[in-house]
Amino acid sequence: MIWPLEGILVVDFSQFLAGPYASLRLLDMGARVIKVENTEGGDLCRYHYLSDTRIGSDSTLFHAINRGKESVALDLKSAEGLATARALVEQADVVIQNFRPGVIDRLGLGYDAVRALNPDVIYGSVSGYGTAGDWSELPGQDLLAQARSGVMWLSGNADDGPVPVGLPIADISAGANLAMGLLAALFRHARTGVGALVETSLLESLADLQFELLTTFLNNGNRLPKRLASGSAHGYLAAPYGIYATAEGHLALAMSPLGDLGRALGLDALARLSDQAEAGFSHRDEIHAMIAARLLGQTARHWEAELGGKNIWCARVLTWPEMIAAPSFRGLGLVQQIPGAAEAPSQFLRAPFRLDGAAPRVRSAGPVLDADGPAIRSAFRRPLATDPRENDR
Amino acid sequence: MAQPNTNLPLAGLRVLDFAQFLAGPVAALRLSDLGAEVIKIERPEGGDLCRSMVVNNQRLDGDSLAFHTFNRGKKSVAADLKASADLAKVRALVASADVMIHNFRPGVMERIGLGYDDARALNPRLVYGAVSGYGATGPWRDKPGQDLLVQSLSGIAWLNGNAADGPVPTGFAMLDVATAANLVQGILACLVRRGITGAGGLVEVNLMSSAIDMTFEQFTCFLNDGGQQPQRHAIGNANPYQPAPYGLYRASDGYFAFAMTPLATVALLLDAPEIGAFDQSEAYSRKDEVKAIVARICAAKPVQHWLDILEPAGIWCAPVLDWPGFVASEGFAALDPVQTIRTANGSEARTTGCPIRIDGQMLRGSDAGPVLGADTAAVFGTLDVS
Repeated sequence: MIWPLEGILVVDFSQFLAGPYASLRLLDMGARVIKVENTEGGDLCRYHYLSDTRIGSDSTLFHAINRGKESVALDLKSAEGLATARALVEQADVVIQNFRPGVIDRLGLGYDAVRALNPDVIYGSVSGYGTAGDWSELPGQDLLAQARSGVMWLSGNADDGPVPVGLPIADISAGANLAMGLLAALFRHARTGVGALVETSLLESLADLQFELLTTFLNNGNRLPKRLASGSAHGYLAAPYGIYATAEGHLALAMSPLGDLGRALGLDALARLSDQAEAGFSHRDEIHAMIAARLLGQTARHWEAELGGKNIWCARVLTWPEMIAAPSFRGLGLVQQIPGAAEAPSQFLRAPFRLDGAAPRVRSAGPVLDADGPAIRSAFRRPLATDPRENDR
Repeated sequence: MAQPNTNLPLAGLRVLDFAQFLAGPVAALRLSDLGAEVIKIERPEGGDLCRSMVVNNQRLDGDSLAFHTFNRGKKSVAADLKASADLAKVRALVASADVMIHNFRPGVMERIGLGYDDARALNPRLVYGAVSGYGATGPWRDKPGQDLLVQSLSGIAWLNGNAADGPVPTGFAMLDVATAANLVQGILACLVRRGITGAGGLVEVNLMSSAIDMTFEQFTCFLNDGGQQPQRHAIGNANPYQPAPYGLYRASDGYFAFAMTPLATVALLLDAPEIGAFDQSEAYSRKDEVKAIVARICAAKPVQHWLDILEPAGIWCAPVLDWPGFVASEGFAALDPVQTIRTANGSEARTTGCPIRIDGQMLRGSDAGPVLGADTAAVFGTLDVS
């Protein structure tokens, strides 16, 4: 198996999540990723403990995002550190950064400066809100970008306030978009030899994630989606789409013909309503209440078997302990144990794709800060300039 | 039809999109945005089911608006894969393509004779992308690969909302879009490799694996934390694993988001010595107590009052906007993410563009989705079918 990006060198100056997620995907496809970190503790993510889980001394989060990468700690404000960084970008196929707009240019490692050293470099830049306008200087943080994007009014029920997506959806989608742009540019580079500047932002990525609903909104006179009184799962879809409580556990019902569902549940009133076109929209709350009352009579497990057997699209709502106990989940082989890890916590998620039938292996946890510094500093040398910027001119 | 931009990274590539609904077509849409020619292969009776899946009662020239959202800029060929004459033409088309994408349930394409091995025999350089709900094995493999159902099975519905709520799904098809992104990455990586080896490849993704990847930050905590189900915060939950004050707060006239901030700083800025009494090491274990105090204080004054205190101090915070507020904002205007698409009849709709800029250029296209079979004659006419 030849991993597609074998031989590609990625130099990653980014911190936290969006940029490092993009380089993780390139790593999973076979690239070598060198993480350039500051000398005062490195990537801030190392200290960003979620819950109280740690692997070694660094946060679990850091390891999840930076597994398999190499680390070199450089003071980019010192002539020596900058010289090593310049030697690295000179030999890189891909450079990634996520500083706030202007910062990397002041360090002398902006796109133009790097291109002067490495004319066909592919340079990826991820920001919070783009590089122009009032918001460009704002911190590019997931929750704050979610707050500004309108996404918080799509989940939860009618009487709730805003409900954020409880995972870093802006960071991950921006990282995915950056990875796509970088890969497309690598493909063009192989054919034409030209490099590229690839840019995306958290806010653009959130607009893209919502594009199905946002396009509806933009073309319907700006009418907002309406969340249901309970069990809401999509503001524009007709009943029965949603989540329902049962005698034990919850059941999700996706789009299903009302007549079929009415017959499967023994609800004559629902089957009758199905004669009316668009009843799923016009009687949305009424239908929801009718189904909710019926489903309370049995367990979610019962309904999943009963309705699933009649081709109604449904699923039990699982917690994580329930999900990992499911044979189908284990069959996916997503969780991998790092062999011989010194610390007890050593379980990681592999990349979510297979290439030629093979899933990428998780190779190691995240690097200790500067673990690869000595080797990298000796392999990537460049003469010190008296003025570190002078080579830019 | 707009002229193809030959500078785009995927200019000159041909993609066949056999997929319906969402994840597959959205992956093909991204490849189209990046410069590829995308041809949808649709059944002659009705085509992609998405054409008739009308959301919120909106259509454009007879097809659902959602269809145009996912399929703008593509061509359409109508072909009955069960009829031998059509299948022969489609096989010739496969021989001429660089990429093909499908999202049939496991086994269906093999029975038609367009499985990976068949396609590779026709075209060894082909990159073949397959999307499923849950992978090709295991008891879930025949479950419908639908976004809400996968959110429900993958635990995502227990990350949103507050502790006392039931499960709260994310109210849009987040997993379809994430799965599309994973497929595009795999396809592009195989195209890069093809430049070196000359051989195509098989890329397989599924909604369940993409769901787990989207939660990988928190799920890795769960895996290494004794398998304890994360507990959502009592109020303003935005990530069960984050310490106080992370989350949303209701001010007197609206809501705002408060990101990671040391408790001592929160105490100082909100003039709340009772928060200062908590040690930073308690920010996670006693998060609900801390957040209750923050919430009580914030409820008394308007959003702008709090932003004026927090922002100058460098605290990460933001007002919570709805779409009218978002679309009217400076930040939205600066990104300019909306483009207008037109059907062959001249009907127009507004939709968002590709969120990736290449060499400073937005990747724009003004074509709406194709009429079913609009390009059948033109596409098949160029093929040599023996």
